[in-house]
Amino acid sequence: MSSTPSTLKQKHSAIWESLGILPILVVIVILFAFLNGNFLRPNNLMNVLRQASINIVLAAGMTLVILIAGIDLSVGSILASTAVIGLMVSLNPSLQSFTIAIPLLAGLAFGVLNGVLIAYVKLPFFIVVLGTMTALRGASYLLANGTTLINNDLNFAWIGNSYVGPVPWLAIIALAVIVIVWFILKKTVLGVRIYAVGGNAQAARLTGINVKFIIVFVYGMSGLLSGLGGVMTASRLYSASGLLGNGYELDAIASVILGGTSISGGSGSVIGTLFGALIIAILNNGLTLMNVSYFWQLVVRGVVIVLAVLIERFRHRKVD
Amino acid sequence: MTETTTQAPILTVRNLSKSFPGVQALDGVSLDVYTGEVHVLMGENGAGKSTLMKILAGVYLADGGEITLEGEIIRPTTPLEAMDLGITLINQELGVATNLTVAENVFMGSEPHKWGIIDRGYMAEKTQEVLEKLGAPFGPETPTATLKVAEQQQVDIARALMHHSRVLIMDEPTAALSEREIDKLFDQIKALREQGLAIVYISHRLAEVSVIADRVSVLRDGQYIGTVSGDDMDKNNIVSMMVGRSLKDFYGHEVSETKTDRYLVVHDMDDGKRVKHVSFQAAAGEILGISGLVGSGRTELARLIFGADRGNSGEVIVNGKSLTIRSPFDAIRQGIAYVPEERKSQGLFLRMSSQENIMMNVMQQNARFGILDRSNNDSMTLAAIEQLNIRLPNPKTPAVSLSGGNQQKLLLARWLQIQPRVLILDEPTRGVDVGAKSEIYRLIGEIVRKGVVVIFISSELPEVVGLAQRVLVMRDGRIVSDITDKKKINQETIMAYATGIREPDYSFSE
Repeated sequence: MSSTPSTLKQKHSAIWESLGILPILVVIVILFAFLNGNFLRPNNLMNVLRQASINIVLAAGMTLVILIAGIDLSVGSILASTAVIGLMVSLNPSLQSFTIAIPLLAGLAFGVLNGVLIAYVKLPFFIVVLGTMTALRGASYLLANGTTLINNDLNFAWIGNSYVGPVPWLAIIALAVIVIVWFILKKTVLGVRIYAVGGNAQAARLTGINVKFIIVFVYGMSGLLSGLGGVMTASRLYSASGLLGNGYELDAIASVILGGTSISGGSGSVIGTLFGALIIAILNNGLTLMNVSYFWQLVVRGVVIVLAVLIERFRHRKVD
Repeated sequence: MTETTTQAPILTVRNLSKSFPGVQALDGVSLDVYTGEVHVLMGENGAGKSTLMKILAGVYLADGGEITLEGEIIRPTTPLEAMDLGITLINQELGVATNLTVAENVFMGSEPHKWGIIDRGYMAEKTQEVLEKLGAPFGPETPTATLKVAEQQQVDIARALMHHSRVLIMDEPTAALSEREIDKLFDQIKALREQGLAIVYISHRLAEVSVIADRVSVLRDGQYIGTVSGDDMDKNNIVSMMVGRSLKDFYGHEVSETKTDRYLVVHDMDDGKRVKHVSFQAAAGEILGISGLVGSGRTELARLIFGADRGNSGEVIVNGKSLTIRSPFDAIRQGIAYVPEERKSQGLFLRMSSQENIMMNVMQQNARFGILDRSNNDSMTLAAIEQLNIRLPNPKTPAVSLSGGNQQKLLLARWLQIQPRVLILDEPTRGVDVGAKSEIYRLIGEIVRKGVVVIFISSELPEVVGLAQRVLVMRDGRIVSDITDKKKINQETIMAYATGIREPDYSFSE
């Protein structure tokens, strides 16, 4: 038995495996760098990061939910409602110190509501998030009176418009969220339990894991991060309306799946999600730079999602 | 099989090798199979039986060695190719397409047609012929979804006959069958043998050997150990070939004197359905067997004690203290462990690492502010792997890639981490090979010596008899007998109570 070459081969395949979607990201970057001279400019790259930031935040929460084999369709609607709430709070002189906290808490509350309806009322998760997605979309329009709320004196506008050196705050927040979620998943007991519940909920319960709490936690986190997305969006625009975040849930889900997280739960990583979100943002940015129409961008994005998952599966088979 | 020595083997395997990442599944295996024999292939899980069969059937390609069929070297690359050569593998995984009829299954992949239009008349006629030969109780047009497992097997066999198979490989064909179905299958196998087929039969059920085998070959750790026939096909002989040592210290545990203290008391457990007002007690350091037919309420009782299900009434007292158990979490916190019967669906986190599987219950205690203590987890994992002799490439290996025995040991390791006072084992040796079985028995012996109450639920009577110091027999949700005299613990007595042949003996209840 020639152990050295085989273990070496195993080590190689393990490294290859852990890279996940990264090689595809690199290929896309190289491709755009050749196709368009402006793409690799630091300014443009910062742009990409900023454009990706809100999706990264939503997708990080979505990763947690998909890891337990759930899905959160309500993130776009929570984003809209919390953005509107943020604007309303900012327009009320007596609440100026709570302009960030209140929308975040509202997002958390909506997420926890999702979790409680799923874990304790035992409604099917898809129906719950479909319901909150629809209801919160309507509520956002109602809260904003069907118009756009504007506040040119927004006291948290720095979030969407300031920089630390060359790096936009939005990007810093997004990367911080990735680091926090990564830490939870890889370094804490809670993280291991999220994987456990996603992998085998029945066994998790018989092992004494509080499965209901885990469900409420992941949906709560997804809601909280959607609230953060709402704050980020509102701060960037100095305004909010019921229209915001429409369809964002699909971008977030696409990022998670591109990142290699299994839709049936139990395996995946938030780093993969980061790469997935960056692929989507880079496609948008690169194709726009090349004056490709939005319609074609959608077609390309769809094809890339399917292709990437296909390549991923093919690689897995080879490793197995 | 004296006549076979003069004829040439129909199938020969020479020096076959196959490795997967990290394992040498087959290491220079050779085997001869003759026409008209039932050749049983035995070995523990992971011994290489299935790998060998899958190579013969074109599922895997060998790394080295050669296979000849009737003197010609073959190298099938797909199951269909192997089938066309005359080798058919019948196993549970491949099975039948339940959305199709019997005839459609029999002809799957080789449908008779004229200019692309399927000839159903011919299909039905041919299928009917074969089914009659097999004595099957269903027709060609029967939808396979309505067939029982045993009948689906007949469809597989019919398919093999339709392809003029000369070698039939059956991988654990009795695993999902009832006693009566097994008898019928054996008759069928004998009939096929008479028709001149060579049958390779994979099993790890020793009891089947004497009934069906002409010869037995044993594999161990990917190597060919030997072939025996006639009187040498003796249980002890085969087991020692399989595990590399004798059966003598199989249960590996000295039954100590009868204990009487009431360390664990279960009082009036009832769920209104499957468990009816059950009360019993057990002593510290006692192995209490719970026996009974499937559906007698054994598992339900265990789940009630553990808090996995909620009952109408019931009290659990350990060491004189009544426990409040509303969930598995409560039970675990108070030192009650339950290893469930379905390890894959209820116990393991298959895609997670072996380490995470072992540490799942105690990583919280090890953690500081919820952050995993890696070095502590690592050292505890290594200690558990060593204590239970779990064989794995490394602690990061996902549970799914371990053998059944090692998976079961992972679960045991997890529950031993909480240092239980009461350990409930539900079918702990199901689907586990002989070697791992013996190690699990040895482990149970070690655990009780520390004063733990072990409740041992099993459908395999020999192991209940061999292991338990006391046996409760359940029937229809009630305990119908408490056999405390070790001398009276035997299979006949247990079965008599379990089936109701003997009147319930309530003398134990005070």
